[in-house]
Amino acid sequence: MEVVPQSPGGRTLAATPLDPESRRWLRELRSEGETYDSAVARLHALLLRAARFEVARRRPSLPHLRGNELDDIALEAADDALVSVLARLDDFRGASRFTTWVYKFALLEAAVKLRRRAWQGREIPLEPETWSLFASGSTTPSEEAEQRELLAAVQDGIAHALTPHQRRVLVALALNGVPIDVLAERLGSTRGALYKVLHDARQKLRKHLAASGHALTALEEA
Amino acid sequence: MTERPELKQALGRLLGPSEPEVGCDECFAELDRYVELEVAGADADAALPGLRAHLEGCPACREEHESLRALVSGDQLL
Repeated sequence: MEVVPQSPGGRTLAATPLDPESRRWLRELRSEGETYDSAVARLHALLLRAARFEVARRRPSLPHLRGNELDDIALEAADDALVSVLARLDDFRGASRFTTWVYKFALLEAAVKLRRRAWQGREIPLEPETWSLFASGSTTPSEEAEQRELLAAVQDGIAHALTPHQRRVLVALALNGVPIDVLAERLGSTRGALYKVLHDARQKLRKHLAASGHALTALEEA
Repeated sequence: MTERPELKQALGRLLGPSEPEVGCDECFAELDRYVELEVAGADADAALPGLRAHLEGCPACREEHESLRALVSGDQLL
């Protein structure tokens, strides 16, 4: 029985036996001629189905896009996912069914394209647009004072505890709601690299708030 | 403070998960396995520690996780 090694992250060392359907996909996608062509066509159909699924899920939030534009995005996402899957066949470890593994490529491609399309032509806000969630709606004077103090500590942390790049990334992603793929495209970066910047900024902000006497556990559980 | 779910959400977006988390690349690499474990009713969080925390902290990965789970769950109903 064909087996593949588990996780490159070293989580599991045991080998996983491939299910018959996944084995067939791999065999046919590594073959030649008609068998290969037919497998690629079936794979593309599978990826297109997943891409259309993602487009349909996001359609309500994209009222300005027409049906044919959405169809084009789904097709483009399926095409790009096909290239990724075929280039990364050796990465498939059998930790899931082959179909589940390929779906995620199509969903990713479609989601990234739709996020970028939704922000096409829009300026990316890199300065705080609103602090209203921190500054209003308190029910008692003591809550109001507590929130004012928290807001001041958050603003101070963002202004002084972070590097300029960390500040821009944290403000755009966590405060202004810019999708990470959109910011990555504008800054010439990647999702993974930007998330690392965001993670480091969050850790610094946590330390700053803790050092200024804010009990984060209580705040997060409130 | 207890009456302010939106404040808690805003803080959550700024501060991210309090637990250790994986990055976006590892999340993508393991997402298919995670979803299949979830759909099968297995303990996906025990098998892949740090992934749940990442999904809490990363809206993009979270959306793609929700889509993959919905797609795979739908397939199982066919």
